[in-house]
Amino acid sequence: MELIDRFRAGDRRALARAITWVENGRPEAAELLKALYPLGGKAHVIGVTGPPGAGKSTLVDRMALGLRQRGQRVAIVAVDPSSPFSGGAILGDRIRMQRSLSDPGIYMRSLSSRGHVGGISQATGDVVAVLDAFGFDTVLVETVGAGQSEVEIVGLAHTIVVVAVPGLGDDIQAIKAGILEIGDIFAVNKADREGAERTVAEIEMMLDLGHMGEPGLNRWPAEGPLPGGPAGYQGLERLDPTGHHKDVDELPPGVTAPARPGGGAGAGGEGPGGAPTAPQGPGGRHGSVAPGGISWRPPVVKTVAKDGQGVEQLLDRCLEHLQFLRESGRWEARQREDAQARVQDLVARLVARRVLDRAAAAGDLPRLTEAVARREVDPYTAAEAILRRHFAEPPGRPEEPIS
Amino acid sequence: MEEKIRVLVAKLGLDAHDRGAKVIARAYRDAGFEVIYTGLFQRPEAVAEAAVQEDVDVVAVSSLAGAHLTLIPELIQQLRDRGVDDVLILAGGVIPEEDVPALLAHGVARVFGPGSDLDEIIAFTRENVRRRAWS
Ligand code: B12
Ligand SMILES: Nc1nc2c(ncn2[C@@H]2O[C@H](COP(=O)(O)OP(=O)(O)OP(=O)(O)O)[C@@H](O)[C@H]2O)c(=O)[nH]1
Ligand SMILES: [Mg+2]
Repeated sequence: MELIDRFRAGDRRALARAITWVENGRPEAAELLKALYPLGGKAHVIGVTGPPGAGKSTLVDRMALGLRQRGQRVAIVAVDPSSPFSGGAILGDRIRMQRSLSDPGIYMRSLSSRGHVGGISQATGDVVAVLDAFGFDTVLVETVGAGQSEVEIVGLAHTIVVVAVPGLGDDIQAIKAGILEIGDIFAVNKADREGAERTVAEIEMMLDLGHMGEPGLNRWPAEGPLPGGPAGYQGLERLDPTGHHKDVDELPPGVTAPARPGGGAGAGGEGPGGAPTAPQGPGGRHGSVAPGGISWRPPVVKTVAKDGQGVEQLLDRCLEHLQFLRESGRWEARQREDAQARVQDLVARLVARRVLDRAAAAGDLPRLTEAVARREVDPYTAAEAILRRHFAEPPGRPEEPIS
Repeated sequence: MEEKIRVLVAKLGLDAHDRGAKVIARAYRDAGFEVIYTGLFQRPEAVAEAAVQEDVDVVAVSSLAGAHLTLIPELIQQLRDRGVDDVLILAGGVIPEEDVPALLAHGVARVFGPGSDLDEIIAFTRENVRRRAWS
């Protein structure tokens, strides 16, 4: 495919077209994703989520510039909601990203949620995979303005920044159940406004409550992300017990390792500094940690995205979180979880498409759905009938695992 | 997944009249298109770069401040420099009749002046987007 050759050669138009194909689910997209898969797996994916108007785009703009200054190549993906009436969308996040978008080392793409309700679009994962394969060091993903249920970014990003704003005490309560749980880092943006300290304190308090007795439990599903959100958390006993220290070489360019166990990392910023938190024994400020384990206690950073204040600290925390993922073994665990989720998801989709296509071609699908609509048949019976007839197992079903 | 038509609605230069651009953006959205709006005061090269990154089918320029004869050809040149030759370029706003031929000669497909019918704009856009090759 000409496109793949041009993509591999670093042609940005080819990148843009590849994303279009993936977004539209073109038949060529599967070929493309297959060809690109070996190139991926390197980018740090940072999700930025929070209520509408919190300043996500403005913050992402600043973060992208800051990462550029640290020598990284940066891609931005911003998702906006589609109109439920027309399916169209107005994608306006670029308006707030003017500073970074004049930098040729930054690529930005606006996506419509296309009817999907989880805060990102169905294709966002594949779009990120394409950007990863293109060679970006960091991919920043801005979600739709989110509340309690738009948490699908969990399955996509390695590090999640939840953006909150001052003066919305009730709002914090509202997001507590949903997006507060998924934050690895909290940015209290618009800190130029009154009430920022209080918002920081409220979030800290909720984090402390959430952490009491459960140190280091963050947001990682124990058995891979299941549809519908995290099914549990990965406990400390699953962490690399040595808590061993990776070479500084492996960090993104321009980043130095923060002071490690014993020192308490990154204390220089806003709030009580970023984790990884060194083992402190019982009674540590944010709960204790199993012997030898390291945990991540989400730091809270004040930012003023409008003028860039606090953004360097925020980026430091993001990079520390990446380091934490690597050192704790969670990065690798995550690769396996993602692989499992992807394969399961694709099998489900491929099977569904094949069965439905056959059923439609045979006329069974329209006939049965019509009967269900008239309440002559119930949907379960209809689905079972379609499976019985159109989900024939192919001959020579492998007894041996596929290698 | 359906192939959505993607439109970049652009305002160039110092022109601060954005009502028309917003009306057009909304009309496209309501017709099921995906609209990327980049805001006011854009340089032609920034719009061209956005068109590349967003892989749009249509670049729709709204111009009411009289700089259309310099800024629109400049934008088209910037697109060509980036190898973009498969987008539909439309212009609208306050553009005198006598300037239209020059814009068409530069590659604008059609110019829609004040009072243009939105349905007609949508229909024209739908009929004239070029389906892109590259497979
Ligand atoms: C409202 C208005 C303003 C408002 C703008 C508010 C805003 N946020 O948009 C304000 C008061 C801020 C303003 C300021 C000025 N304005 Co004024 N303004 C107008 C006015 C009266 C109406 C424009 C409008 O909003 N129309 C409604 C929208 C919906 O219509 P539209 O933009 O034409 O869009 C339609 C079509 O043209 C088409 N369309 C438009 N764009 C596109 C794009 C595509 C791709 C397509 C397909 C279609 C399309 O579809 C739309 C629906 O039919 C016009 C006069 C006029 N009759 O046009 C003057 C006018 C545009 N302004 C003018 C001037 C001179 C100015 C000022 C310089 C005045 C001054 N001396 O201070 C400033 C300049 C500000 C700046 N930096 O640009 C002149 C421009 C003259 C010129 N082009 O040479 C005009 C023509 C008035 C005149 N007759 O002198 N203005
Ligand atoms: N006072 C103040 N305003 C800010 C700050 N950051 C962003 N804003 C303003 O907040 C408004 C919304 O900013 P955006 O960046 O568009 O917010 P968003 O969260 O991306 O919005 P959606 O994508 O619509 O959900 C804009 O007017 C910004 O200028 C800040 O630190 N302080
Ligand atoms: Mg935004």
